[in-house]
Amino acid sequence: MAPSSPVRTAPTLPAGGRTLLRLATAGSVDDGKSTLVGRLLFDTDSVLADTLDHVEKVSKRKGLDRADLALLTDGLRAEREQGITIDVAYRYFATPARKFILADCPGHVQYTRNTVTGSSTADVIVLLVDARNGVLEQTRRHLAVASLLRVPHVILVVNKIDLVDYSEETFTKIATDFALLARSLGVLDTHCIPVSATEGDNVVVRSHRTPWYDGPTVLGYLERVDDTPLAVGSEFRFPVQHVVRPQRAQLAPWAARAPIVDGDYRGYAGKLESGRISVGEEIVVLPRLSHARVEAIDTPDGPLDFAVAGQSVVLRLDADVDVSRGDILAATDAPPAPVRELAATVCWLAERELEVGARVLVQHGTSVTKAIVKAIDGVLDLSFESGTVPCWSSVDSLRLNDIGRVRLALASPLPIDSYREHRTTGAFIIVDEADGWTLGAGMAGGTPFIPRANPTATASKTSAPAQSGRRQS
Amino acid sequence: MTAPATLRPLSELQALESESIHIIREVAATFAKPVMLFSGGKDSVVMLHLAAKAFWPAPIPFGLLHVDTAHNFPEVLEFRDDAVAFYGAQLQVASVQDYIDDGRLRDRPDGTRNPLQTVPLLDTIQHGKHDAVFGGGRRDEERARAKERVFSMRDEFGQWEPRNQRPELWSLYNGRHLPGEHVRVFPLSNWTELDVWDYIESEKIALPTIYYAHQREVVQRDGMWIAITPVTPALDGEKVELRSVRYRTVGDMSCTAAVLSNASTVHDVISEVGLSQLTERGATRADDRLSEAAMEDRKREGYF
Repeated sequence: MAPSSPVRTAPTLPAGGRTLLRLATAGSVDDGKSTLVGRLLFDTDSVLADTLDHVEKVSKRKGLDRADLALLTDGLRAEREQGITIDVAYRYFATPARKFILADCPGHVQYTRNTVTGSSTADVIVLLVDARNGVLEQTRRHLAVASLLRVPHVILVVNKIDLVDYSEETFTKIATDFALLARSLGVLDTHCIPVSATEGDNVVVRSHRTPWYDGPTVLGYLERVDDTPLAVGSEFRFPVQHVVRPQRAQLAPWAARAPIVDGDYRGYAGKLESGRISVGEEIVVLPRLSHARVEAIDTPDGPLDFAVAGQSVVLRLDADVDVSRGDILAATDAPPAPVRELAATVCWLAERELEVGARVLVQHGTSVTKAIVKAIDGVLDLSFESGTVPCWSSVDSLRLNDIGRVRLALASPLPIDSYREHRTTGAFIIVDEADGWTLGAGMAGGTPFIPRANPTATASKTSAPAQSGRRQS
Repeated sequence: MTAPATLRPLSELQALESESIHIIREVAATFAKPVMLFSGGKDSVVMLHLAAKAFWPAPIPFGLLHVDTAHNFPEVLEFRDDAVAFYGAQLQVASVQDYIDDGRLRDRPDGTRNPLQTVPLLDTIQHGKHDAVFGGGRRDEERARAKERVFSMRDEFGQWEPRNQRPELWSLYNGRHLPGEHVRVFPLSNWTELDVWDYIESEKIALPTIYYAHQREVVQRDGMWIAITPVTPALDGEKVELRSVRYRTVGDMSCTAAVLSNASTVHDVISEVGLSQLTERGATRADDRLSEAAMEDRKREGYF
């Protein structure tokens, strides 16, 4: 702590209180994902009478003898008509300890893009398999995505356990297969739970029909899993959103008085993407590489002694350094070196293909940079066998749902972290310069999967004999 | 120098507040002429409060817009103007009544004016060259909204295309658009009704009085409590009763119903919301009962 800190003790973190946990679901069609989500909402009393009433009416109309909980997650008219889920939907439920934001991702093969989207912010992935089928290609794909996106926790819900007569043997085999797969993919933390979403076994209420299982229920796990974001423990990163330079002191009746003397106030507004910062600490301004110390951490609720990942604040610096939107304030210890060439893993999210030579925009932190695709060094073959890792095949272009290795030349130097260490400041999106569409999700640096072949040896312009391993489209 | 920082994550409300402030700042920094919808309803008041916090100690760098149906509760209009002054903001009003008076819009047979807001809204966006429009919508409100992005693209006709939305990853919001298109931004996307009330309590945010229990003449109609007002007179055979009621949502008088309640403080309301067996729209919005996809249809046409 700064010994002669000029700031008073300020409102900082709460002594307790409810925290927020972000989840994403993943699974194949017919694994019962909608039913599981419906069950979680229903059993946590998150479904109110009129919604339930509606679901019961629709269920009856469809000739069902009880409420189909999957209907709780129906969103758009087309989804109701076609009985499918089209897009990521967000659901909310809470217990006294935690509030959960659940990104409900459709399970179709062609919708890997949705799983990537939902996983990008998830603390936990809830992955489903049908107990009758066990670990399938889809499961391997989803787990590979979880690994790529560095989601800290994955739970495997072995659903429809009632349809295999609550068999311990079946569950153990699936759990063993899964553990092996998770290890080979470098997934950080996993847990398996035998569940029947339709019957309610082990979702919220512990089942007496699985006496051989002594772990937590799905909700029990979600309530107790470590919710300290990885970002809090890593180095300080603060993309500057805008420079605060009020012309005169605003005497706002609702806020603390700003420390403005004769119009002389210059602060940098942003959100800590990772780490912590205290008053008095030295920082480096990227990509300019100038140094300064934090003079104050201002908020409308009063000044703070320190701030942590996730907080939106205004920082004032002691030196008169040049800082503008797009810059990143970072810890002086091992800041990311600004680069002009960026190697990354890219999930392609658009119908139009990515080809070498394409001109795109790279949006990272609060900056946007022009870029040219220099090379596509391979596409991840996700139809791999258990016990192996996915390998990279050489290709000429990336298509929708492909995950590829891409090298980009950047118009201006970008201080980008390795995604493996920094889940936010190692991430970027690729944007179409012409119409603004979000084309791809990028993760800078290496991948958890070691390429079989040396990717640089199979340069993008060579013919692609390895096309056979590519996703069927 | 080591910080006394802990590894404890932020509380739910801190995390939500911080996320919303981040979104609002991104919009101000990347769009030419944003505007924030403001009705005086609780969600829009919370959004305004967050905007004020986002830019403090500077003023809010964009204006507010109210699409006035002329069917507003007088208490809400009075509050609206007080709140605008309190936060030092600028308000512009688009009047549905003007459109009706000069024939550009016609009242519907059912008297509901909510759907009529769309045309004045789109006109104001177009004439004001607004490229970003903040709305107080939350994803927990309604089925179609659960699928909406934080940055939600609208085409030249103000339409939403739910099947063709941009993926939204990490906290990288992409607001690039073609001329004529605009972006609807929902900073409260991840808030629930209860979060909004908890935040109102913790930040001591003032609301229109009709959110709290008060005596009012009401009739029971179609299972809902409708206040007796100039636009919603009692119908033949209806029994007018004086009851203690409050409003969970504040919309057009012609289609917003009250709920029976004795909750006279924020704290009482939070207990009540926590226990309520009906969703706020199901309990109080006649317009969402029109059909299963009523909200989806209105959103596609450019409604907020």
